[in-house]
Amino acid sequence: MSEVKPSKTYTDRAKAASAKPAALGEDIDLGMYISSSDEQPYQADPSRLPAKAKEQMLEAGVILDDVSQRSGTYIQMDNAAVHSSVRQEGIEVMAVSQALGKYDWMADYWWQAVAVDIDKYTANVELTQYDGYFIRALPGYKTIFPVQACLYLSKARIAQKVHNIIIAEENSELHIITGCTTASREDPGLHLGVSEFYIKRGAKLTFTMIHSWNPEVAVRPRTAAIVEENGLFLSNYVLMKPVRSLQMYPAATCVGDNAVVRYNSILVAAPGSSLDVGSRVLLNAKGAKTEIISRAITTGGNIIARGYIEGNAPEVKGHLECRGLILQGEGMIHAIPELKGTLPGIDLSHEAAVGKIAEEELEYLMARGLTRAEATATIVRGFLRVDVEGLPAMLSAELQRAIEASEKDLM
Amino acid sequence: MDDVILSIERLTVEVEGREILHNVDLEIKAGETSVLFGPNGSGKTTLLMAIMGFPKYQVTKGSIVFKGKDILGLSTDERARLGMGMSFQRPPVVRGVKTRDMLTVCAGGEGGEALDAVAEHANLTDLLDREINYGFSGGEIKRSELAQLLAQSPDLALLDEPESGVDLVNIALIGELINELLEKGHRIRDRRHAGLIITHTGHILDYVSARTGYVMCDGVIGCEGDPREILKTIKEKGYEECIRCFIGRSRNERSKTFQNIHG
Repeated sequence: MSEVKPSKTYTDRAKAASAKPAALGEDIDLGMYISSSDEQPYQADPSRLPAKAKEQMLEAGVILDDVSQRSGTYIQMDNAAVHSSVRQEGIEVMAVSQALGKYDWMADYWWQAVAVDIDKYTANVELTQYDGYFIRALPGYKTIFPVQACLYLSKARIAQKVHNIIIAEENSELHIITGCTTASREDPGLHLGVSEFYIKRGAKLTFTMIHSWNPEVAVRPRTAAIVEENGLFLSNYVLMKPVRSLQMYPAATCVGDNAVVRYNSILVAAPGSSLDVGSRVLLNAKGAKTEIISRAITTGGNIIARGYIEGNAPEVKGHLECRGLILQGEGMIHAIPELKGTLPGIDLSHEAAVGKIAEEELEYLMARGLTRAEATATIVRGFLRVDVEGLPAMLSAELQRAIEASEKDLM
Repeated sequence: MDDVILSIERLTVEVEGREILHNVDLEIKAGETSVLFGPNGSGKTTLLMAIMGFPKYQVTKGSIVFKGKDILGLSTDERARLGMGMSFQRPPVVRGVKTRDMLTVCAGGEGGEALDAVAEHANLTDLLDREINYGFSGGEIKRSELAQLLAQSPDLALLDEPESGVDLVNIALIGELINELLEKGHRIRDRRHAGLIITHTGHILDYVSARTGYVMCDGVIGCEGDPREILKTIKEKGYEECIRCFIGRSRNERSKTFQNIHG
């Protein structure tokens, strides 16, 4: 594995922040985890990865046996890239360490959307400098099939530290599906993931992330996107499986006129899971638009569902929708929608609702012949249904399949 | 057809501890349509809800026999599966559940062309992929409710104010859908589907024929007869006349009972 050469400035800033607790979420003791950079064998043919790993990756939307429906693939196990490949012209998929060696302009993107010293997690990613993925669509190229990436925890107590750079060049169209999962269903682990997205003028980037961790894993993604004029950034996040502690608050900044950002999140908190998840959008250019939608279900875990939209330019428009369903158990959902406007003529709104399934709705379905359990399942399925405007039909179907595969666990 | 499909005897129903229906008797035969008139708040919807078995509507006395079976111990879904269906006056919005999903549920899980045909007939095609009842107009709600019943094809359809809030353009279509639901196109002797239609205004009788009419006031069914004649009286004299007639009759009945007991 090639080493990323850290810049002194970033290193210094990271060192200064190395003990800085995050603003939100439980403080994770990084000393509890192993920062291993053990080599993992590179696998040119991803279908030859161990069957168990492939099966778990498939649960997170990563298909390795038949990659004909993928325009590229990246797989990282713990802290090592084990496979990267491309099947379509105009698309680049490689380990970020390789991209740093290949392109001297990477400095224009490295720690430019996410600050290195936000907290000890970003600092730790910088100070350890392992790997991550680099995915780029060249100007004007449009992917037909999505690029897939998998970040996989294979060892117990491992701290996976990832730094990803994603670039959709001008007028390109790039679809990415990322699955994050673990080999063990019980071993503790830590995932620290920095992702920086750059959506250039007129580009369209859809990013669908499916998390399938285990009840002992802590997760701290640090993500930001910069969207230029007429660019579209569409982010879908699905967490249906238990996780011990997840805190993330990705941010997108619209810097170009008429940029559009849409965030959709589906969150399920099983007993013992603690989630603090939101999305932030800064509308800093004329006519920029955003829509943030989250659906949260607790079956016994705790969820803080955040959302923040800030309007700082003329004719911007934003809507935040946050709905929570307390299905069973002693879980908690705390919805925190926030809006901030700094100019006249902006249009920001939100709606939030938290509750259990209304008896009236159950009875309505029961009057059509469904049992109480079937009626509950139908309502939950509807609650979790995401109709994402702008997402290709194939990805939409995959997203829906990933959700439906876990629905039975909720009942 | 003389088989009785629904037989209600001396039914008394409470809602949240308050008695709403008192000793209601009603009988509907297979293939026949009955109409229940009554002013707002008279207990008409309570009767439908109790027949359908919603838990809030507690039967404290009397019986409901459907297709020869005492159904008081059955849940709403069991009654639906036994062949009972209901169109709601104000159905709830169920976010995320689409009109298409509801029609599929009603059809017992079967979608496909037959379902599309029902939707088209009810002028619902544009609403198939909308969340059920979300932002629907009055007419859309009624058409959607009736399309669901058409997909379900129940032996007994309970229709709660199918014409309320519907404009003149839609009401003819509503009437047509009810006629289809109740097999009005079939010869009388071939009809199996029965209906109980609640109406406040009686407008629906301009489009749907019914065999028997009942009037309910203050939780009591006070008269039974030709629905058109009943409607004529209500139009001419208002429900006040029905109430006066009820009170007069119940006095007579009381004195008759008194005479029977005391000779």
